[in-house]
Amino acid sequence: MKTFVGASELAPKTYAWEIDAKGLSVRAGRRRAVDGIDLRLGTGVHGLLGPNGAGKTTLIRALATVLRPAGGSLHMLGHAVGDAGDQRAVRRAIGYLPQEFGYYRRFTVREFVEYMAWLKEVPKKEIPGAVQRAVERVGLADRADDRMKSLSGGMVRRVGIAQALVNDPRILLLDEPTVGLDPAQRLRFRELLKSLADETCVVVSTHLVEDVAAACTDVILFADGRLVFQGTPRELEAIGGPEDIGGSPLDRGYSALLASTDREAGTW
Amino acid sequence: MTSEHASPQLISAYLRSPQALATDKVWALEGHLEGCPTCRDHLSALARVQDPAVMSLLDDVWAGLEPQLTATASAPRRRSAGLFSWAAPTTVPWLLAIIVVSFLATLLDVLQSLTGDISLLLLLAPLLPVLAVTAAWSPALDPASEITAATPRAGMPLVLRRTVATLAVVVPTLLIGGWATGAMVAQWLLPCLATTAATLALGTVWGVTRAALALSGLWAGVILVPALAMSHMPLALRPSALPVWAALAALATMALIVRRNTGALLHPQR
Repeated sequence: MKTFVGASELAPKTYAWEIDAKGLSVRAGRRRAVDGIDLRLGTGVHGLLGPNGAGKTTLIRALATVLRPAGGSLHMLGHAVGDAGDQRAVRRAIGYLPQEFGYYRRFTVREFVEYMAWLKEVPKKEIPGAVQRAVERVGLADRADDRMKSLSGGMVRRVGIAQALVNDPRILLLDEPTVGLDPAQRLRFRELLKSLADETCVVVSTHLVEDVAAACTDVILFADGRLVFQGTPRELEAIGGPEDIGGSPLDRGYSALLASTDREAGTW
Repeated sequence: MTSEHASPQLISAYLRSPQALATDKVWALEGHLEGCPTCRDHLSALARVQDPAVMSLLDDVWAGLEPQLTATASAPRRRSAGLFSWAAPTTVPWLLAIIVVSFLATLLDVLQSLTGDISLLLLLAPLLPVLAVTAAWSPALDPASEITAATPRAGMPLVLRRTVATLAVVVPTLLIGGWATGAMVAQWLLPCLATTAATLALGTVWGVTRAALALSGLWAGVILVPALAMSHMPLALRPSALPVWAALAALATMALIVRRNTGALLHPQR
């Protein structure tokens, strides 16, 4: 089989950052869950950390073009994302795994990933190959023709990762992808993330600090809808002192930064 | 040797002894054979004559491989992707429900024992596609709505595809029902189209679920319940009201065309 490199793959990119947000605000219901943040992300694995209710999911949903920004500007791959205009070009290059991954129970793994590939406008000829590659990447090739309802929670999560990868996205948004994965699977998942880091802008939201330490090139700390910190895991480690709570340097850096922000009602 | 195929002499020499030929010739010939079925046929025909031992070995290998090759050919049964590029995966039970409801309504109308003057089929018909359209595009009913909303196909074309798939089931069902009860086609088709288009048009403002609930409520409150209570067909469903329904359907379709690029329909706000 001959494969050709398409013109779009060789074209120089016309943007500086895969994701470029200025003063971005997003509402979740009535609340402003993301409140005027400036964020620039290039290729690499960006770990999005923060306590529950910090606005991580809302930010990821906005980046996935599911929620529209309530204020500020958001540019992805050089295209403006907002109410008007065509978002198809951006959406074709996005892979998205939501926190609550819904699926059709009666579909087999292959049928489901194929359906997602169709929705993502993967060219019809390339769908079978792309689906097989995505399923193999998450280690489900031997279960590809089983129905989704027969899979365990961790396997369903991996199907979620496969459907996000099926269109070879340039921006990959994963909301709590490691929930439900056992320790061995989590290790393999981190390897997968590292293998994507060179070419893809990966945003992973998590509240497991060790995920960030192991796989992320960059940490974004988020609290009450605002950006508290952006930098490398090393820099976050350096912030924590011995008096801060936590078992690892990264934990201590995390709690040092969160202790300095104002606590709001509803936190524990 | 011609410009396109290897000469029989070359193939024959290759068969006798590849070592006797120049390396570049062997290389070029083998490269050509890999891509040229005609020359491979020449080769095997000559080999049957010149080298029967090799051919019998080859036949043995084929006999051993063939059962395995046919076994892998029967892949597991696949859901046809074409169907779900039209109908949403969640709509199938709803479409079945629509068929059952319209069958029951038809049955009651034909028997006329309970309904008297009124036609249940005509009263229910405009609600049926609204239900199915909602099922096809409602975040509450579609488990995968969140990931669907982030895909490039999520948009008016997909909504229209799913609506067409719904109507492709609803219209024939009602056609049979209408034929059995003796109702005019336009009597149920125009209200059906009007409510479907209105659901989508309002859906671009409120979201499909809310639009469908509002329209169904309106229909039930203004037409269905009074008709059942007073036991006679409302003016709105008499043949004289048909131009009004045609106008409403056209109006809703135009509104839908005007608002085709707005995203509200496509953003499941939970």
